[in-house]
Amino acid sequence: MSHSTHFARLESEAIHIMREVVAEAENPVMLYSVGKDSAVMLHLAKKAFYPAPPPFPLLHVDTTWKFQDMYRLRDKAANDAGMELLVYHNPEAMEKGINPFDHGALHTDLWKTEGLKQALDKWAFDAAFGGARRDEEKSRAKERVFSFRTAQHRWEPKSQRPELWSLYNARKAKGESIRVFPLSNWTELDIWQYIHLEGIEIVPLYFSAPRPTVVRDGLILMVDDERFPLAPGEQPVTRSIRFRTLGCYPLTGAVESDASTLPDIIREMLLTTTSERQGRAIDNEQSASMEVKKQQGYF
Amino acid sequence: MDDSVYKADALIAEDINAYLEAHQRKSLLRFITCGSVDDGKSTLIGRLLYDSKMIFEDQLAQLEADSKTQGTQGQEIDFALLVDGLSAEREQGITIDVAYRFFATEKRKFIVADTPGHEQYTRNMVTGASMAELAVILIDARKGVLTQTRRHSYLVHLLGIRNIALAVNKMDLVAYARETFEAIVADYAAFAQSIGVEGFTAIPISGFKGDNITALSTHTPWYQGPTLMQHLEEVELDQQIEQRAAFRMPVQWVNRPNLDFRGFAGKVASGAVKPGDEVRILPSGKTSRVDRIVTFDGDLEMAIAGQSVTLTLKDEIDCSRGQVIAAAKDPLEVADQFEATLIWMDEEHLIPGRSYYMKIGAQTVSATMSQPKYQINVNTLEHAAAKTLELNDIGVVTVTTDRAIPFVPYAENRELGGFILIDKMTNGTAGAGLIHFALRRSQNIHWQAMDVDRAHRARLKNQKPVVLWMTGLSGAGKSAIANAVEKRLARMNRHTFLLDGDNVRHGLNKDLGFTEADRIENIRRVGEVAKLMTDAGLIVITAFISPFRSEREMVRQMMEPGEFIEVFVDTPLQVAEERDVKGLYAKARSGELKNFTGIDSPYEPPEMPEIRIDTTAMSIDEAAERIVDRIID
Ligand SMILES: Nc1nc2c(ncn2[C@@H]2O[C@H](COP(=O)(O)OP(=O)(O)O)[C@@H](O)[C@H]2O)c(=O)[nH]1
Repeated sequence: MSHSTHFARLESEAIHIMREVVAEAENPVMLYSVGKDSAVMLHLAKKAFYPAPPPFPLLHVDTTWKFQDMYRLRDKAANDAGMELLVYHNPEAMEKGINPFDHGALHTDLWKTEGLKQALDKWAFDAAFGGARRDEEKSRAKERVFSFRTAQHRWEPKSQRPELWSLYNARKAKGESIRVFPLSNWTELDIWQYIHLEGIEIVPLYFSAPRPTVVRDGLILMVDDERFPLAPGEQPVTRSIRFRTLGCYPLTGAVESDASTLPDIIREMLLTTTSERQGRAIDNEQSASMEVKKQQGYF
Repeated sequence: MDDSVYKADALIAEDINAYLEAHQRKSLLRFITCGSVDDGKSTLIGRLLYDSKMIFEDQLAQLEADSKTQGTQGQEIDFALLVDGLSAEREQGITIDVAYRFFATEKRKFIVADTPGHEQYTRNMVTGASMAELAVILIDARKGVLTQTRRHSYLVHLLGIRNIALAVNKMDLVAYARETFEAIVADYAAFAQSIGVEGFTAIPISGFKGDNITALSTHTPWYQGPTLMQHLEEVELDQQIEQRAAFRMPVQWVNRPNLDFRGFAGKVASGAVKPGDEVRILPSGKTSRVDRIVTFDGDLEMAIAGQSVTLTLKDEIDCSRGQVIAAAKDPLEVADQFEATLIWMDEEHLIPGRSYYMKIGAQTVSATMSQPKYQINVNTLEHAAAKTLELNDIGVVTVTTDRAIPFVPYAENRELGGFILIDKMTNGTAGAGLIHFALRRSQNIHWQAMDVDRAHRARLKNQKPVVLWMTGLSGAGKSAIANAVEKRLARMNRHTFLLDGDNVRHGLNKDLGFTEADRIENIRRVGEVAKLMTDAGLIVITAFISPFRSEREMVRQMMEPGEFIEVFVDTPLQVAEERDVKGLYAKARSGELKNFTGIDSPYEPPEMPEIRIDTTAMSIDEAAERIVDRIID
């Protein structure tokens, strides 16, 4: 990759950010959600610390409702990188059997939002890398690269710091923590093309294939395991589908597609007429919802 | 709209690989847009996003709907709504900040820093400009060059942006008049020259109608180009300039996976480096040669400005985070005192003399600022005297660091000449600075062996050690005031220690009772401890009744002249007895407690205390403020 391209600069910036965190934080961790952004972030971490393995563990805050393919790639990716993989399940959600079919918003709240806070507290992580990008949503456009959280994991707009040059102020009081977003300046196209250029392994669900599906509330959902409640007599329909984003399988809508290679996917993405988040049930609420979620500590 | 936009579409559909090839080779330009409210900044950004196909159909449908209900342009599409995600936050009272937006054309990818033109403007603009290589300065053609235009241009120039695009907007509203455009350009040119801007590119546009954005407009046949987009695509990148400078790389992290490998990881700030090059480590001054340039993708033949790499050296020499590896024949300067421009970013104003963390390159040191030499009025650019800098103020100060640091003047290199100041108490980013030059050079650093004496210790702490000796009746308020004083001082980063009955009676003076002899011995020991602590450079605060003049005088004699500050916490017996927080007066009156000061043992009030606090006329906080003011200048 030529050194003056935008990829070279984005890559260099992300590496610089990760090294700053490792140099200044006491106990960093990388939040690894097994999606395409996590895949890119992990790849960049390998580059940043080569020949050493990345000097922090991967943390997956699991809901038990992810696609089976995601669990497979998660374990393999951690192993390939020579990194420790921490998996956290919120015991309360586990005990109550919280699931996306019966519990709606509570599902995300308990497994993900609460789960993440509990996991960060449990291991006393003071800096957590996340794969969020500024181009994802209007309200994220002004998010910092280093985003501060109170000891209660709240995002206080007033205490966010101006970021000048590439000088990140990572100082914090005891108990406070930082979310760090090394991919802040990447766009969805950058992510896909970087995966293509670098040959990064991603979950096969991003590629189109015939899969068993049902339609719920206008979303095409994949019947990924036997926990999916079907109406009496209902049969899953095989459709050629793929996913533009991955989350809990009962909450993630697929698109019908024939794109089975990365260039196909990119072409489809560029010619498509809807933005990425349409496939995520969580965002179909009011537009400020991301902001609210952030304040609550969702990411 | 012109059809160049659709060319990409056709290529994507027909030959995605060719498209990807092209995208892969794009360079990156970061720029900032500056304009006053309603100059059309949001409209222009929305237009750039729209014209470069960054808007999806669902967003467009939403936009069309919103334009009809909330738009300011009748039935036409109001592009400003695309980027006005911030308006909701404004209502919620969330801090308005710098928003970053992305788009790409066939040649370049762009990151736009968008700074809303309201309060906090200087802070936000400086933040956005710090990373930008180009500034689009928007002018409303109907209004011409305004005070704000001058302010924006000054800040952009101050932050070292070399390229200014003067976008004379809303040309549709002045009938695309050439004279209007040229008058504005002439006006601006005169001003630009006066602040040292070397050149700019003026473009007549209508963000709303799309004139001269991606295609030359038929409405302005007198204008030959470039279009705004073309200019953004063709302007020379800073990286190309940085690459021509001498090699410098701040070490971010030392990579030691095993005993055989020691790599210095960092991002090259300027110049280029190859294996075999002779390098000097600063500030240590040690030299070596580059052995390898290690990356995940294999060793490199050369690394240049902007790249994040890991270097190994031929010799085993010490080099840690914050040090800078530089070309041996052209090393950078090392100094511990600088003149710098400071932009204040904190609600709490600059406190000259107070110690802040200063982060520069990959290094964090302690630094103190002088009182500003002058402050700059960003509207008139006049210099004015100032004692401090408030939020959004800009001034020139002398910065003194606690050790010598390698640096490059900001005008030559942003990475090694720009710094941030961090408040040691709140950890917030309090200010940003631009180094002009060194005031005290340390070309050759030999650290002098120094005597570590009391003066030296005090200097390190940046304070004058004193003993604040609170005396007064039981219940007068000594401890409460002492506590408040200590908190205030801590907030000012002073090093303090509070000695009171609680931490002395249980340990050091456990063996003492309340007879007169024991009470005197108690005070003598406290005095000795306070003396040791002032030798250590601390500000000592004591809270003991210490009823006898002679024992207070004894302690005064132990200290250096001027170091003992007697604070008489003056509360009439009647008032103290009424408060009787610990119920001690009641016990003394009933005879249960013997030798109780004020009841059956005398209190000798100071005759000439340095400070007298009348607690019936002053709150605890007021008292603390008064005391702190007295000892901190
Ligand atoms: N006629 C015309 N109106 C414009 C132009 N650019 C912006 N406007 C209008 O000027 C007003 C303020 O624009 P906006 O982009 O919100 O300004 P901002 O505050 O600088 O972001 C809106 O009503 C726009 O539609 C232009 O080139 N021509």
